[in-house]
Amino acid sequence: MHPAFSVIFFTVASGAGFGLFSLLFIADTFKLGGGFSQDQLVAGGLVSLGLIVFGLLSSTFHLANPKNAWRAFSRFRTSWLSREGVFAVVFMPLALIYLASIMFDAPLWLRESTGLLAAILAWITVFSTGMIYACLKTIRQWNTPLVPANYLALGYSSGSLLLLLGAVMAGLDTTPYIAMSAFIVSIAAVLKAIYYFWIRDPGLSPTINTATGLTRAKVKLLDTGHTHGTFLTQEFGYQLARSQATLLKVLVFAIGFGLPGLMLVWVFNAQGGQTLAWVAAIAGLLGAAMERWLFFAEARHVVNLYHGAQRC
Amino acid sequence: MRLGLVIDLDVCVGCHACAIACKQWNASGTIGPLSDYQPYGAEPSGVWFNRIRHYEMDEYPHNKTVNFPMSCNHCEDADCVTVCPTGASYKRAEDGIVLVDQDKCMGCNYCSWACPYGARELDRSSGTMKKCTLCVDRIYDEALAVEDRQPSCVLTCPAHARWFGDFDDPDSQVSRITRERGGFGLMPELGYNPTNQYLPPRRKPVIEVNSQPRSGLKESIKQFANKLVRR
Repeated sequence: MHPAFSVIFFTVASGAGFGLFSLLFIADTFKLGGGFSQDQLVAGGLVSLGLIVFGLLSSTFHLANPKNAWRAFSRFRTSWLSREGVFAVVFMPLALIYLASIMFDAPLWLRESTGLLAAILAWITVFSTGMIYACLKTIRQWNTPLVPANYLALGYSSGSLLLLLGAVMAGLDTTPYIAMSAFIVSIAAVLKAIYYFWIRDPGLSPTINTATGLTRAKVKLLDTGHTHGTFLTQEFGYQLARSQATLLKVLVFAIGFGLPGLMLVWVFNAQGGQTLAWVAAIAGLLGAAMERWLFFAEARHVVNLYHGAQRC
Repeated sequence: MRLGLVIDLDVCVGCHACAIACKQWNASGTIGPLSDYQPYGAEPSGVWFNRIRHYEMDEYPHNKTVNFPMSCNHCEDADCVTVCPTGASYKRAEDGIVLVDQDKCMGCNYCSWACPYGARELDRSSGTMKKCTLCVDRIYDEALAVEDRQPSCVLTCPAHARWFGDFDDPDSQVSRITRERGGFGLMPELGYNPTNQYLPPRRKPVIEVNSQPRSGLKESIKQFANKLVRR
């Protein structure tokens, strides 16, 4: 699958934004580490909304006909892409009411109820992003419940690292934030490891025989019938060398999970350290971006069976 | 009605005439034009609704070349329609034809990801998704003679390897020929229930190639002498 950078940026940024917002709500409700001040909460909230809006805008860059993008909200009943857009749009006013009620000291019930609803919608939106890919029967690497699980875990882990950075900058007690980050980052690492293990085995996937219906003997492609590439070969023909994929997986674990983990230990021992928290947050986002690139590059669409692949 | 095609893999000669006829008709059809990129350049490419691939089945001496035309299968359970976020992709209730509303499509490519058969191609100049219409602008045209109200590819096929008809009618030509010849849909395990059916190549007697009898002593000496003589 051709990895489109606008989509990679969109999923990583909006995932981190939704993760940061939900965890900020938890940190506010339980006053973790002494609790952020009003201004700090609003600033954190605006950072998360900025990531989400920036991500959603960048996702429109991969559209070939963006003037019709507004129509994407119309097929909520069947399309996960439509659902994602609708949930993201419903999330926005709730999140803004939550931040406004923090800023203007609104009654607690309003602050807590809008915050909780927005946090739930954030979860549903990231889940929908994962389901956009997981619902496709044509790509076995995507058609697994591990995909939405990975999207959620990575969104929340990069969000938790951003929140830790905020806690360090605000001078709060970092221990609860470190504990939360360590917990979420390790869950994300474990889920990603299971995913990589799972997609190694092709299982019961279509072959060139079922694709052509010629099941009585070996089949091989003689000619694709076109001189140069087509839309199909450009969109789905991308192939990554196995050694390169393995190297990238090692890097995803080293930079995306290992380095932030190390930084967490360091921040814990030093009880602070802004540089360390910055390194952790940036490494988390970088790891998520590499993971997302690999997610696209490794996906093999079954249409490749018509272009010479024996099995997808 | 469930309109679709039957393609006879035993008869198709792989001449690409159906693809050319398709391009010719649809370039000025309801969702035309079908843009070409660098048609006379070094890297010619473009939008086609119908593509023919060539396969080899089994190994020598039992091998057979199979020419394989493919266009939209107008699936019963078309995921390309359900994943479409804008409602541009739709399946007509009256005849099962899957179409793309060019005024609604935003070019997100999502439907092409959902299609296992590679039936959908993005037109980069209009920014919209295009696909086989089963010549919807032709099969209902009452200005044409009745026998001409068929998709372009079917009319043009010089080998008569393509048939068009209603699969809901058990006595239609397409239903009958599919039944009699053991027609099949592609990649049934994905559960899209494609409407188009393919007829398998017929089994033909294998021509013996290693049937030369073992030669006798006299013949061996002759052959040996033949090898010695320099000509």
